[in-house]
Amino acid sequence: MNENTGLQSPSRKKDAFDDDENQDIFESSQMLINIGPQHPATHGTLRVACRLNGEVVVDSRCELGYLHRGMEKLGEVKTYHKFIPYTDRLNYCSALQNNVAYVTTIEKLMGIEIPPRNIYIRTMVCEMARIIDHIICVGINAFDLGAMTYFLLGFHQREEAYTLIESLCGSRLTTSYTRIGGLSGDLPDNFLPRMKKWLDGVETCFKELDKLLTNNRIWVDRTQGVGVFTAEQALAYSMTGPCLRASNVNIDLRRDRPYLAYKELEFDVPVAKGGDVYDRYLVRMAEIFESVRILRQIVDKMPKGPIWADDKRVRIPEKERVYNSMESLIHHFKFFMEGFDVPEGEAYCPMEGPNGEMGFYAISRGGPKAYRLRIRAPSFFMFQPVDEMIKGENIADVIAVIGSVNIIAGELDR
Amino acid sequence: MIDFPKEKIDRIKARYGDSIEEVVTEKTDVPIFFVRKDKLLDFMGSIRTEEGLEYNFLSDVTAYDDNPPANIPDYGLGSLKAGGGSHRFCMVYQLFSLKFLDRIRVKVRVKEEEQVPSLTVLWKAANWLEREVFDLYGIPFKDHPNLRRIMLDDRWVGHPQRKDYPIKKYQRFPGSATLEHLGLEELDSNGQSQSGRTGHALANSDLNVKQEGK
Repeated sequence: MNENTGLQSPSRKKDAFDDDENQDIFESSQMLINIGPQHPATHGTLRVACRLNGEVVVDSRCELGYLHRGMEKLGEVKTYHKFIPYTDRLNYCSALQNNVAYVTTIEKLMGIEIPPRNIYIRTMVCEMARIIDHIICVGINAFDLGAMTYFLLGFHQREEAYTLIESLCGSRLTTSYTRIGGLSGDLPDNFLPRMKKWLDGVETCFKELDKLLTNNRIWVDRTQGVGVFTAEQALAYSMTGPCLRASNVNIDLRRDRPYLAYKELEFDVPVAKGGDVYDRYLVRMAEIFESVRILRQIVDKMPKGPIWADDKRVRIPEKERVYNSMESLIHHFKFFMEGFDVPEGEAYCPMEGPNGEMGFYAISRGGPKAYRLRIRAPSFFMFQPVDEMIKGENIADVIAVIGSVNIIAGELDR
Repeated sequence: MIDFPKEKIDRIKARYGDSIEEVVTEKTDVPIFFVRKDKLLDFMGSIRTEEGLEYNFLSDVTAYDDNPPANIPDYGLGSLKAGGGSHRFCMVYQLFSLKFLDRIRVKVRVKEEEQVPSLTVLWKAANWLEREVFDLYGIPFKDHPNLRRIMLDDRWVGHPQRKDYPIKKYQRFPGSATLEHLGLEELDSNGQSQSGRTGHALANSDLNVKQEGK
């Protein structure tokens, strides 16, 4: 490497196969294929380096870290409130779920009880995030294998969902909707009827897409028996969420460790037996319909009342008072500049995110900043077993497998 | 304060009394078991399969800087209250029981440069998780199959999650374009401008200089 040229850019990391660099790839008649970090089929900056024998993957290495932004370090530097926008940038397909998971952890640390309307709104946005995330995952997976209709029709429903979210919090993707002890705003007028309309649209659309893809010969041939993972393998790698349930492990934190309003809602947990790409697709499709069912119940049950917890420590002063009284203005400034004290303690609050167990582990030693904020992101646990999943598969199936486990680089690298 | 059956805590305490240093049930959501480092593998291997406990799902592995060195500059990290004791780091293992659907937290106190037994023999998931801890905290693991950096570049110096690592420290590697070439200046190890100005490197960029150079 010549420092003076300034132009030569050596590989960012040691090569994935460095540990056996003496092997001559021509001698062993095996080919090295590098997928990523910039590749249209990885849908994020990650790298899979495969050694092929003909078309079959003999060996592979997964690399990550290309989107590492030091989120956990930032969590120690920002006040509790200022970290909320960072949680949007974890899994940006289901930002609302991350918002909810983060503030719930801090509320658990502070011992804050939130009112029922807030609980129901949070449950609602979590389920919306789940539908959006599954649409993206299945849509892109199908798109990579050549089924474009699902992508186009499914993404129409996703856009409709983002329009709803936009009316909720003002932005489509980076929502930052929740606040510690409350929400950035109550539901807008006419939200629930619009929600109902959207749910009808989603149901009609996905019943159609179900007919289109589930028994489609090409889709079934491309996905069935590909990337098979047994329950033992999946548990050894701590996989969670739809991918674990596709491997015939019946675990869903919404049902097994109820949080938010899930105790009062009726839903089934879809489980599949095969553990291949097709079964992951089936579980995700079934979960979309379950989420629609949950959302219908929420629309009917949505309680009235305040959205803010009755706790002076975290209550953001109302704008009307901030603009009209000196004390409230000072309070407002102190609240946002200095933050609020969180009592000593630690909490880990896992939730069933669209991809699996999503949780924040926060340690507080007093003061307005976390001593340690660990983000347990499901994608990290989904990417690790990819090596084992694609061993012995064709190179074309590698794309199917990567798409089916739904790795989001934002939360993979944090 | 915690929602966890007391009999179970007592049972684990009685059964693994020689491995457990301390049990914490205050100021936490689930019971924390501080385990002796040399007994960690035995403890985890046993609690994983023992009837009635079966903490067989490794939810997460992480660490934190419990006792950062005294007198480090304030990088905006807020309260740096030390945890006390002669150790530097704490390893944290979040365990979940798929059968009983409850959680415990296991912690191990680690001194600097001290090795921790790797859990990869019990759970394959520990492989990358321990690499991440090694990368960001510099805690080495014994008998780990592939202990190298995972998030950062292999040429990186230091471990950024440690409390004494400055938040704004930049590291450049040979081969990348020089800062002077971009009209920026070098920062010292604390991320401060050497010419006396403070703040972010890009905020200090003197664009006029670059234009004059043209």
